[in-house]
Amino acid sequence: MSQMTYLEAGRIALEEEMRHDAMVWAVGQDLGRGGAFGQYRGLVEVFGSDRICDAPISEAAILGGSVGAAMMGTRPIADMRMSDFVLCAMDELVNQAAKARFKSGGQARVPLVVRAPIGIHWSSAAQHSQSLEAWYAHVPGLVVVCPAIPADNKGLLKSAIRCDDPVVFMEHKALLCSEGEVPDDVDYTVPLGQASKVCEGKDLTIVSWSNQVHLATKAAQMLAEEGVSVDLIDLRTLWPWDKTMVFESVERTKRLIVAHEAVAVGGFGGEIVATVAEKFGGAIAVRRLGAPRAPVGYAPPIEDAVRVTEEAIAAAVREMVVCKSGGAPRGA
Amino acid sequence: MKNRSQRIINVARLRAHYLLMHRIRALEEVAARAFEDKLVHGFLYPSIGQEALTVGVIAHLTKRDLVLSTHRGHGQALAKGASSTAMFHELLGREGGICGGKGGPPHIADFGVGLLGSNGVISANIVIGAGAAHAVKLKKEDRIVVCYFGDGATNRGPFLEGLNWAAVFKLPLLFVCEDNGYAATTKTRTMTAGPGFLDRASALGVPAVEVDGNDVVAVEATAAELIRKVRAGEGPLFLHAKTFRVTGHTSSDPGAYRPKGEVEAAKAHDPIARLRELLIGAGVAVDVLDADKASAYAEMDAAYRSAREAAFPAARMAFVDVQDVGSPLVEAF
Repeated sequence: MSQMTYLEAGRIALEEEMRHDAMVWAVGQDLGRGGAFGQYRGLVEVFGSDRICDAPISEAAILGGSVGAAMMGTRPIADMRMSDFVLCAMDELVNQAAKARFKSGGQARVPLVVRAPIGIHWSSAAQHSQSLEAWYAHVPGLVVVCPAIPADNKGLLKSAIRCDDPVVFMEHKALLCSEGEVPDDVDYTVPLGQASKVCEGKDLTIVSWSNQVHLATKAAQMLAEEGVSVDLIDLRTLWPWDKTMVFESVERTKRLIVAHEAVAVGGFGGEIVATVAEKFGGAIAVRRLGAPRAPVGYAPPIEDAVRVTEEAIAAAVREMVVCKSGGAPRGA
Repeated sequence: MKNRSQRIINVARLRAHYLLMHRIRALEEVAARAFEDKLVHGFLYPSIGQEALTVGVIAHLTKRDLVLSTHRGHGQALAKGASSTAMFHELLGREGGICGGKGGPPHIADFGVGLLGSNGVISANIVIGAGAAHAVKLKKEDRIVVCYFGDGATNRGPFLEGLNWAAVFKLPLLFVCEDNGYAATTKTRTMTAGPGFLDRASALGVPAVEVDGNDVVAVEATAAELIRKVRAGEGPLFLHAKTFRVTGHTSSDPGAYRPKGEVEAAKAHDPIARLRELLIGAGVAVDVLDADKASAYAEMDAAYRSAREAAFPAARMAFVDVQDVGSPLVEAF
């Protein structure tokens, strides 16, 4: 184990996979200078500019070219700088990458990682702050990953690179400098589609992912002091999502909150809540927490107004556990 | 026509082109009949009238070379070596279809013969083709990529991004602009500013050459030189060819928006008729040419018959080849 940042864990994952497989290469703007956030720092010196490939500001060509290169047996990482810019290559992702295998009757394979950092970070305003992971979970053919901690950023990026499906890999910009223990083993991977349990609890289940996991963790710590115990699940992969872990948890706690940074309306929280409601009927109380349906603004009070804070999560938990159960929580 | 007949021609080679051009046209015409028989489920995008540009370019390619085509791509598929039987099974959505019945008319692909596929989105294959060529270069493979697109595609962003990309990375790629004058049902020139396609390509760093797309001899000669250069590492290059789409945009489009007489005038430059005249002038017997034509229609009639008799794919195939991780064969939703 080594202590390192989320950013460094991703950098090491890529370096290890590039050593492991000569077909792995990355392409995007400014990669030779380390990429927009330093995720590629030092890699061009090791692998050369063919495999750490600078690109023009041409999102359709970065993503669409990667589709063609993946169909030819290479394993490209299409670096989109920020997830907001994936929108300039929506045809290439949704109509091409996600459909190539299916529409060719299985002839094409697209082993592609679309690296698309998400999230509210440093007053980046409306066009550099979005979390649109639900859009991609909606598209058949795509795998969607949103790691929350350094170890998962390493293990999931390695799994994404080894995956034969197109994977939308969404790091959170606010997490790039966060630190954690990361396994040194070059064979360390985290399986796609498996959630992780952040903390065990019995009163209520919180499902979250990406940076929101850390806010949910703070809320769980606050609530623990009040005698409320939260079962907190970091989903890690949105498609396919770990229904087994979520179902097991809600069957015990009977209460579910899904909390995410993305806009609540049409967000992936709605999908999880609906799935649980369909499976368990009225036996599980459900709630989703997401941003109001407003763009992310620049000025700090405006930016903060759309955040789903730890206080908001804690308040929702209290409401469900204390008020709805008609008294103090068990054990209090 | 006098000048043309004076050119040095290889009669055997041109006869092969004649047969292939007829096979393409026969495929489109028999497919149109299948559409009228209500056995094609979606729309066809016929390439009748555009055969010379397909045959004259692809004649220079090996099986290992790669072709990307457009929604109007049946000709390129056949020329690259795709099976007409598997194509008809696909058009009718039957078992044994070249894409398992999942693609249909605008998605014909056959990776086994280097056909990376046609595409339902205009200009999408320009960036995908650039990426395929990029992979060829990364892997240091000895093959080239030919990417077809229509005149309408030059007004989409991926045209700019893909040509610039190919030039920046010096990719082994030949772009072929199949200029039939129409972007769906609109005259392309009425919606296209600037001095034209050659200038657009040149401005993006891709040297461009023009040829009469309905003259298979000229196409073959011009393409020979361009493809030689691309193989020698002088790519990417751009071939612009004027041709004409004899039918409407789709099999259900009568083309009523066309000016009176346009189609009739264009038919005077029909590429197959021109080649036939050339071959007769070179001493090939009419009977021989008629037999070539008849064999093309017999092949496509047989392919159509085979497709009609085939079963539809099982419904469960809807869930195969979506994805490995999170497959609908495993996931409830």
